[in-house]
Amino acid sequence: MIADDITSAIVNALTSVAPEVDPMSIRPGVSFRDQLDLDSMDFLNFVLALHDRLGIDIPERDYPKLYTFDGALAYLASKVTGNHL
Amino acid sequence: MPSLGADMEAGTLVKWLKRPGDTVRRGDIIAVVDTDKGAIEIEVFEDGAIDTLQIEVGQKVPVGTVLAVIRGALSGNSASAAPPTPPAPAAREPQPARLLVSPAARKLAADRGIDLAAVRGTGPQGAITHEDVERAAGATGQAAAPAPVRGGADRASAMRAAIGAAMARSKREIPHYYLSSTIDMNATLAWLRAENERRPMPDRLLPVVLLIKAVATALHEVPELNGYWTSGALQQSPAVHVGCAISLRGGGLIAPAIHDADRKDLSTLMRDLRDLTGRARAGTLRSSELADSTITVTNLGDRGVDATFGIIYPPQVALVGFGRIAERPWVAAGRIEARSLLTATLSADHRASDGHRGGLLLDAIGRRLQTPETL
Repeated sequence: MIADDITSAIVNALTSVAPEVDPMSIRPGVSFRDQLDLDSMDFLNFVLALHDRLGIDIPERDYPKLYTFDGALAYLASKVTGNHL
Repeated sequence: MPSLGADMEAGTLVKWLKRPGDTVRRGDIIAVVDTDKGAIEIEVFEDGAIDTLQIEVGQKVPVGTVLAVIRGALSGNSASAAPPTPPAPAAREPQPARLLVSPAARKLAADRGIDLAAVRGTGPQGAITHEDVERAAGATGQAAAPAPVRGGADRASAMRAAIGAAMARSKREIPHYYLSSTIDMNATLAWLRAENERRPMPDRLLPVVLLIKAVATALHEVPELNGYWTSGALQQSPAVHVGCAISLRGGGLIAPAIHDADRKDLSTLMRDLRDLTGRARAGTLRSSELADSTITVTNLGDRGVDATFGIIYPPQVALVGFGRIAERPWVAAGRIEARSLLTATLSADHRASDGHRGGLLLDAIGRRLQTPETL
């Protein structure tokens, strides 16, 4: 359930900065920047959207953990539940 | 129709947001215009009341065409909704004996069964416009149906053509010179990391904001690189309006201005840049943001570019480019160290400045980035 919520939050955050993205086409292990052509402002907005949706604080030093879908899922799950999925 | 950049020759009115008789204040959005670079919100530059709307929805007109006549609230003078301002009529022309009716208005009147002789014209020389018929038909309180805004391949193609035309003109008319300089960013990034650590998430800064502020304040030392080349002479600008090149999703770019960037603190600049980027990509920029940049900054570091040698956006006289910030070997005090380095470049107009002055600007930018706490 938590994984579904986080997946949904990631997809919503991504499509808020890159509306043309088809969620089904996202490759989980590939950098968002590379596959979706996000720049630093897009990535910042993506992280802020996750912050708004999940209510968690994400230190800047942890941003690299959010570079891929798999990485973001694992990181956010650990922040939400205190444990990795 | 305001000029929203060197690459704009005409615009198509998408919709009016005000009607004759409406009161407007400087900065109010009066209309939306479709250009090769997207839909742009047109602001008014005078307080007053709308006297007449001169252009109909769907009409494409060249830059310089009067869109609306605004009667000043205090002076009683007329002003255009968009500069430059050709002479406005001192008073409404008497209704001509022969009805002047635009084709769109005639068609609408026929469709709705409106007697044109009973319609009061508000267009040029009392011509009956599409909007006059709308109003006569009882459509008050609702704007005329907006014209379609181009999208997709059509928009991309028009934008490429517009960018190509402006850049070809720049290369043809402006004798460019180029300089580059390597800037040590260790102190800048260390300060930024600590600063972001203490800031709430929504207030964190991107490195590019420090770069913009450094450029804006460095121009105080070399003011001849801030302004326009017009009528064969340099016009230095007392204000620093930094055009920020923003790539659009799906291709193309646009460079709206952060006004008075030299006087804003970093938090305000960051908010402005986020806002501009979001609105540039959503197609909701305002005319004032596209008309008066005094210099352009482009940052391609996100894409791994080492250095950017840009083409000046006329009538500006300089463009500063930044590449990626990367760890590289650097010799300091006789020792080779790994440092975070950035290549800054300047493209400048040789009619307005020479390489010596351009070098001083890059030096001033680099110096400011060594003391980021003062930005």
